[in-house]
Amino acid sequence: MTQQLNGQVAIVGLGATEFSKDSGRSEIRLATEAVLAALADAGIDPTEVDGLSTFAVDNNPEREVFRQIGGKELKFFSRIPEGGGAACGPFLHAMMAIATGVANVVVVYRAMNERSWYRFGAGMQGKAPDPFFETTNFGWYIPHGLVSPASWVAMSARRYMHEYGAVSEDFGRVAVAARDFAATNPAAFFYGKPITLEEHQASRWIAEPLHLLDCCQESDGAVAMVLVSREYAKKLKQTPVFLKAAAQGTAHDQQMMTSYYRPSISGLPEAGLVARQLWQMSGLSPKDIQTAVIYDHFTPFVLTQLEEYGFAGRGEAKYFVREGRHARGGDLPVNTHGGQLGEAYIHGVNGVAEAVRQVRGSAVNQVSGVRNVLVTAGTGVPTSGLIVGAD
Amino acid sequence: MSEQNLSWLDEARALIGHEYGKVYAWDAVNQPMVRQWCEAMGVDNALYLDGVSAKARFGANVAPPTMLQVWVLAGLNGRFPEGSATDNPYEVLQIIERNGYPSVVAVNSEQSYRRYLKEGEKIAFTSQIESVSEEKTTGLGTGFFVTQLLNFYDEADALVGQMRFRLFKFRAPERARPADKPRRPLPGISDENRFFWDGLKDRKLKIQRCTACNTLRHPPGPACPDCHSLASDSVEVSGRGRIYSYSVVHHPTLPGVPQPNPVGLIELTEGVRVVAGLVDVDPAHIEIGREVEVDYLECADELVIPVFRPVGGA
Repeated sequence: MTQQLNGQVAIVGLGATEFSKDSGRSEIRLATEAVLAALADAGIDPTEVDGLSTFAVDNNPEREVFRQIGGKELKFFSRIPEGGGAACGPFLHAMMAIATGVANVVVVYRAMNERSWYRFGAGMQGKAPDPFFETTNFGWYIPHGLVSPASWVAMSARRYMHEYGAVSEDFGRVAVAARDFAATNPAAFFYGKPITLEEHQASRWIAEPLHLLDCCQESDGAVAMVLVSREYAKKLKQTPVFLKAAAQGTAHDQQMMTSYYRPSISGLPEAGLVARQLWQMSGLSPKDIQTAVIYDHFTPFVLTQLEEYGFAGRGEAKYFVREGRHARGGDLPVNTHGGQLGEAYIHGVNGVAEAVRQVRGSAVNQVSGVRNVLVTAGTGVPTSGLIVGAD
Repeated sequence: MSEQNLSWLDEARALIGHEYGKVYAWDAVNQPMVRQWCEAMGVDNALYLDGVSAKARFGANVAPPTMLQVWVLAGLNGRFPEGSATDNPYEVLQIIERNGYPSVVAVNSEQSYRRYLKEGEKIAFTSQIESVSEEKTTGLGTGFFVTQLLNFYDEADALVGQMRFRLFKFRAPERARPADKPRRPLPGISDENRFFWDGLKDRKLKIQRCTACNTLRHPPGPACPDCHSLASDSVEVSGRGRIYSYSVVHHPTLPGVPQPNPVGLIELTEGVRVVAGLVDVDPAHIEIGREVEVDYLECADELVIPVFRPVGGA
């Protein structure tokens, strides 16, 4: 049934602001700039937009973005919860809306002054102890000083190391490869600034076993993309990048980064659920993927995802990265834009943008012969994924 | 009290009897103000309100005597009408404050009245410091009682009333800081988890139990995911378990939290897992699988949190 969605919708426009630590302008301005840039890239007039989709945590209301671009009639708008777990969700929603005829031109956007305005890395501090579910749930962690995303991931990463024998250097190999790609990407914050494994090991602890260089950046910036039907895409100026699959997933006994109560905490079953749906919808398998954008807010979960998506056996991603298969010149270059470790942390949407460029053939670290690119989303949370490719 | 202290107190006391003022009322005694004041204070005496009784007795409407000070208060902008003196009647408080007594509290005021004030009269007042006490210590702290005398006059300069206003100018005692009670981020408390946090105050680690299928579950919630029963209670568990995973947290640093901060995911003997700080451990040598037992850490704000320490010592 879901196979009918394969290839029905295409990404035809891509826009972004610069990525920085202080954009110097409002989030709504960033969102508007990225959306207008994406529409210009597509060659579609803003008055044609009839759908918008973004993250639940995005601070820019659809109505206001729509007003800023001079939109006329907005028929479809949706938001995906769970922070970075949302990254590919808006594309699934856009795909369904377009394939069912609910909307014709859907723009996905994510804009944030995360670094200059709020900093997720500061964690849960100073929240009033109200009885709402999320607050009571944070209560199992924050009184113990486990207040930040890094600390929540650290608990799972330590168990993963214990069970499978992965070591900190394995996580470091993810960071080194990402920074190597970023070093040759002028749009990356860490352009021209590669790191060595020794530098990774020497970087200060954030939450053991996570070093500073296991953690993604905090960034300001915005990314937007335009989606339309296959038929419409063929009339437009850009080479269409088809959505071959998109999926969301929440698995058994799921929590927001603290799924510590499952029989095993060394996997990411929600990512496995997304993977199965993607392969089923696309009819593809891991060997059909030439390059992947694997969500890298924290390096350990890159290894886990390589396993959940079928690129490595359970517990064997450490060999995958030791052989450099994820790095420049490997058989599955991962995060060729530099990832969120190297390019910017735009909640994974800059990763979707890289996938589009790889399919278009316009990436700065272009992989040869790209037919299909896998993109994953935030991990440890209800998540999402997608596959884009050439026709 | 040292010589030096005495000298500044003498400076303060030198101001006793010095007259400040005059300060004039913004408005004449008037019926709308009387009515509003009576309404606010819950006074329903016909003498002030019916427009007849006072005229029969005094030949004019009169104001409640206790409104004496009302007529000469500064407006919201803190100013008095033109022609009022601008000297500072509280110089003495500034001297005391400079010498280490920053806090002030009003103690009491006593008023006495010579006659009723009539509608249309416009009054004024002067003030003086009547006394500065020896240094006293009360429940609030240590300082000086300062008594101010205010004299209220009519337009013919005849005294119509007086007020003694007493202040305590003091410094609060150095409070024993609850250094032994760290301030931790507070959990949200709901009907589902209250038993857990209340139990800790009694030094009990309690876990929710489904009363239909007897399954323990943590974190607690309204329904049993196994049998869907909404019925539950809680049971005290052994407090023993093993370290299932852990992290030593270095960033961000939080007040009241160890630096670095070892935190464990503990698998209790009863099978459920809980997150809690690890104590009496070397952060560089924490072992997954190590047997631990619960203890209770009293925090500020009446919060008690569980912590776990290695059984048999580190």
